[in-house]
Parts: sequence; C-alpha cells; structure tokens
Amino acid sequence: MAEDRAQGASEWVDHVVRIRDARDEAAFAELFAHFAPRVKAFLIRSGADDGLAEECAQEVMATLWQKAHLFDPARASVSTWVFTIARNRRIDALRRQRRPEPEDLPWGPEAEPQQDDVLALQQDSERLAEALRSLPEKQRVLIERAYFGELSHSEIAEETGLPLGTIKSRIRLALDRLRHALR
Amino acid sequence: MTKPMNNDITHHLSPQLLMAYSAGTLPEAFDLIVASHLSLCDQCRAEAESYDAVGGALLEDEPTAEMAEDSLAATLRMIRMGGEPDEPAPARPGTHVLPRPIRDYVGGDLDAVRWQNVGRGVRQALLPVNGDARARLLHIPAGTAVPDHGHQGLELTLVLRGAFSDTDGRFGPGDVEIADQEIEHTPVAEEGEDCICLAVTDAPLRFSGLMPRLAQPFLKI
Ligand SMILES: [Zn+2]
Ligand SMILES: [Zn+2]
Repeated sequence: MAEDRAQGASEWVDHVVRIRDARDEAAFAELFAHFAPRVKAFLIRSGADDGLAEECAQEVMATLWQKAHLFDPARASVSTWVFTIARNRRIDALRRQRRPEPEDLPWGPEAEPQQDDVLALQQDSERLAEALRSLPEKQRVLIERAYFGELSHSEIAEETGLPLGTIKSRIRLALDRLRHALR
Repeated sequence: MTKPMNNDITHHLSPQLLMAYSAGTLPEAFDLIVASHLSLCDQCRAEAESYDAVGGALLEDEPTAEMAEDSLAATLRMIRMGGEPDEPAPARPGTHVLPRPIRDYVGGDLDAVRWQNVGRGVRQALLPVNGDARARLLHIPAGTAVPDHGHQGLELTLVLRGAFSDTDGRFGPGDVEIADQEIEHTPVAEEGEDCICLAVTDAPLRFSGLMPRLAQPFLKI
C-alpha cells in the first residue's frame, strides 16, 4: 500500500501515455495490477457478486485501453478517470440505468495539454487524497458511504440515526476542508 | 450549440446533487438534468469534476479484491478482439436549443419533440428514463402560469429557453430551480418568449386546484 502511494499520480499518467502512443502492454499490466483489484472491490462493495465484479473490472480496464487517447491529464488524475469509468459501468450493470454525461465543451480539437497544468492537477489530486485520509473518521465514513455504499443522503441519515441537516453539513464541512486543502 | 452566457446563470445545482451525480447514486432523470445543467455551466462542471476527484481518491484507498488467475490475459484478449480504439466524436458546432444529453433522449432537437397538450396551452413531453423519477420537457406559452402546486419529493426545473418567475425569483436559460416539500409555487412564464424547460420529479406533484389533480393520473406528472 505504502509503495503504491509512492507511485505518484504523475507516473500513472505516463503509463496511460505509453498505452495511447505505443500500445504498451507492460504499462497496461502495471496499471491493471494496481487498479483492477480496486475497481473489483468497489463493485463488490456496491452489491455485485464476485463473478459480475470480475467481469466488469475487466471491462473497465479494457475501456481504459480503448479510451487512452481521450484521457486529459490536465483535468483528471488516472485514479479519477478510472473511478468515472467504473462508476458508469456500475450504473449500467448494477442499476440498469443510462448515464447521461455533459456535452463536451466546444473547445475544438485540444492541443497537447501544458505540462505545468498536468503537474499542477496531478499534485492537487495527491493533496486531495491526503486531505481525505486526514479527515476525522466519521466524516470519512460518510463520504465513503455516499460514494461506495449506494446510499442517498436520506438513507445515510436513516442508517446512522442522524438528522439529514447534520449529515449534509458534515459532508459540506468535509468538502470545504478538502477544497481548502486544494488551494 | 448556442450557449447562454455562463455569467447569466444565477441558480445553480446544490453541492449535494453534484456529489450524488459524481457518486452515481441519483435516479436517471436526475442524472439527466444534472448533465444538462453541466452542459451549460462551467462553474458547476468544475465543481462536479472535483467531486469526481474525491471518488478517485477513495478508489485509490479502496481495499483490494483478488482478481481471477487469468484476469489480465482475459482482458488483453478482450482488447485485441475490440479492434481499434474509439475515435472521439468530432465536436460539431451547431445551434441547438436542447443540450446534447436531452437531445439523446428526444432523438433530435426541439423540432423532434412529440408534445402532448396538458391544458391552458401548456405542452409536455415525457422522456423515456428508467426508474421511478420522471423527466419531462415543458412548453409554457409566454405569460402563462403553471398551476399552483406543492411537492411530495424533489422537483428540479432547468430553463432551456425563455424564463419564468415565482416566489423564489426569476429563472432564465441555464438556471435550475430546486423545489422540495417546503415549496408551493406558481411559476409564470415571462412575456415575450415561450418558456421551455426540463423538469424532473422523484414523486408526483401535489396540485392545489381540483382540475389538475383529476388530470394528474392521465398526465403522469
Ligand atoms: Zn451551475
Ligand atoms: Zn414545482
């Protein structure tokens, strides 16, 4: 785990670039070893059985290969990108819903992103992860449930017996702190 | 598409809705209205992307599940069978009234909408979303009021063209009104231009007047 974290967000970006530019299977194998078990755990936690989670995790990783050229490291870390692919797969496979996505902004064909922007974004992502880890346990659990437990805010309130207002302000507080950490 | 100036948007999505959209826990109808607002609003889009980043950070810290023994090999086979990577869809600039997420459900822009009259010149079109929450487009003639009603659940309304006003203020293109149990309102479309909006509800509305209540089961609103 500690070694995984030492593998900085920027290094994963290089892996995706190697896949995009050179169809590099060794780079893919390393990304797979890191992310596939996490995606599978995420899907199991969302209610998939082992077989479905395995199948979907493989599909998510294959999507990463297929869409490597669409990844924009000035806008997301690789973890974030994998999360959005896994989330959409979960909505499709487990909830049997479509996932409307926002229209692409008409910026036209994007030039290669500026290295400064990439580095800043990747560092922000690492700082965000640190800030999340340093949250008080209660706040962290609430955020995890909102993301992984398939619970709406009102369901979280029922589960914990806390009034909704408190929950919302806790998540707000946590995110305000996260935002602060990102400045 | 013709985007309203982002600066003109004064009513935005709540952090809770943006977070739930990012977490992927909203009903499809609500995903649709969030995606539509994000198509018009850079501010909320940036916020939504930061909630995606929270998801990414959580995934990074997820405990791991063991993969099947031949998992990587199976995935590489899947990739080879998949052929060449998808090409990004070329961004086609054009002038649309409906943002793309809505066009995907309508099967085209405004001229492809199959309207149903619901009285007083108001027209609606239900969109085919899965789940209990409903999504419908509304066409309200300029100067016309939508019947006074309260809400049993949550109702979001996104203005696509024209504007309406109620006790909560004025809502123009790109603005979202968030109405819950506490709100009883009579939105009135502004004079000058017919108002077109997307409304989503997670529970049937409660109308105060007798006629609309009788019509409710037929209108599916
Ligand atoms: Zn907004
Ligand atoms: Zn209403």
